[in-house]
Amino acid sequence: MTAPAIALENLTVAYNRHPAVHHVSGALARGSLTAIAGPNGAGKSTLLRAIMGELKPAEGEIRRSVPSRDYGYLPQAADINRRFPVSVIDTVVTGAWKRAGAFGGIGRAERQKASEALVAVGLEGFEARPIGSLSAGQFQRTLFARLLLQDASVIILDEPFTAIDSRTTQDLIDIVLRWHGEGRTVVAVLHDHEQVRAHFPQTLLIARELIGWGPTDEVMTHENLKRARALAERWDENAPVCAVPA
Amino acid sequence: MSAYDLLIAPFMDYGFMRRALVACLCLALGAAPIGTFLSMRRMSLMGDALSHAVLPGAAIGYLVAGSLSLTAMGIGGLIAGLSVALLAGVVSRMTVLQEDASFASFYLISLAVGVLIVSLRGSNIDLLHVLFGTILAIDNNALMLIGTITSLTLLALAVLYRPLVIDCFDPGFLRAVGGRGPLIHGLFMLMVVLNLVASFQALGTLMAVGLMMLPAAIAQLWARTLPAMLAISVVTALVSGYAGLIASYHLELASGPTIIVAAAVIYVVSLLAAPSGLMSRYIRRPHLAN
Repeated sequence: MTAPAIALENLTVAYNRHPAVHHVSGALARGSLTAIAGPNGAGKSTLLRAIMGELKPAEGEIRRSVPSRDYGYLPQAADINRRFPVSVIDTVVTGAWKRAGAFGGIGRAERQKASEALVAVGLEGFEARPIGSLSAGQFQRTLFARLLLQDASVIILDEPFTAIDSRTTQDLIDIVLRWHGEGRTVVAVLHDHEQVRAHFPQTLLIARELIGWGPTDEVMTHENLKRARALAERWDENAPVCAVPA
Repeated sequence: MSAYDLLIAPFMDYGFMRRALVACLCLALGAAPIGTFLSMRRMSLMGDALSHAVLPGAAIGYLVAGSLSLTAMGIGGLIAGLSVALLAGVVSRMTVLQEDASFASFYLISLAVGVLIVSLRGSNIDLLHVLFGTILAIDNNALMLIGTITSLTLLALAVLYRPLVIDCFDPGFLRAVGGRGPLIHGLFMLMVVLNLVASFQALGTLMAVGLMMLPAAIAQLWARTLPAMLAISVVTALVSGYAGLIASYHLELASGPTIIVAAAVIYVVSLLAAPSGLMSRYIRRPHLAN
């Protein structure tokens, strides 16, 4: 068996010493398609940001067998300045960073690939539009086109289908399934349990602590979801130091 | 008075007018694009704060050199501006203060200390020069300094253009692909301070950002793409500099403020007439079919 793409070993990530992700262990197999589910405040985005190296673990470690430049990451869209005067095609072409870097030329081949990616996400003819003029769904399609261009072997999506109509969601899920078919490792934070059950073979259910991690139908049980809700709502301002040994 | 007398003769007849014009050309080429990026990064007011931060360093340079030596003041200003930019960055990372709050504190401190230092030794005339600039007193050394800063700026912008643009609209992406965002930000701040020092020589500490931010604002009113904005900002800065110098020469006005007023006139006209400006609200055009 090959090494997993990402292995979590007793991972704890904390804000102001309060754990948002608490003693999580497990592994993402190469080529797996995993949904991360859990209530609001369950530490889903925190877990992704830790995997991307944006947050330092308070304890435990994350082992990656894929170099970090081979990661494609789609954070929650709020982080992007939509008023910046840049066109759709230029946004997509930034996905060529792994090959072109900060200074390398971006030739006709990359532009061609970017145009094809736009066709694949259903945005043919949108090349010259400024990103500020796009709807939320069109913008999310643009970011998926950039991910297509990035050609990453590990793809990490943080709530990719929030505030997006069902038609767009379906198109983007098709792209996710295509990535899975190509053998890429895909992880996505999702809120819609129906989507998780319908398309994602693996699920990681978290409520700061790991509730379950494995085949979706074994993890997304009624009892597990109830436990997750109860755990996520618990909060103690004056919590004592965690006693679980390292 | 012929057109030649009006528009060209001042620069043929007087060396100080020629040097002032070259200084304006340099500022237009360097400071205006930097200003455009500043406002794209939503940091317009930080440029203003940094320009005041240059003052105490320039004042110390002035004390050490014993006269209005633009080179000594430039070096002092550079050190002071960089220190404040660094300190503000460190404070915002180490404490709860946001970067704009720490900038505001540091620039107030700098301005107060700077004015104190100048008034300690100099006359009120000197203070006026430091606050409002001496574009007509720019000598060859100062011109070399400004020209060097402009050349460095254009070179750096050309090299850093791609990561800088990505850092402006999607810093998270740059971080994710390992694009060294903090380094890019640091180099950009260095360019800002360098251009403020250049601009300080000509326009003084209170208006150093004038040829940086006004052209940037004008460019945003007219253009929809970044390259067009950069080009428009350079051209408007250049036109303001030239028109301001000509007007100040014939009307015997102070040159620095006249240059800024020239830019302000273009700004007001743009506010009214630009495609996204005020007048477009009152002109009804039929909507399109699709």
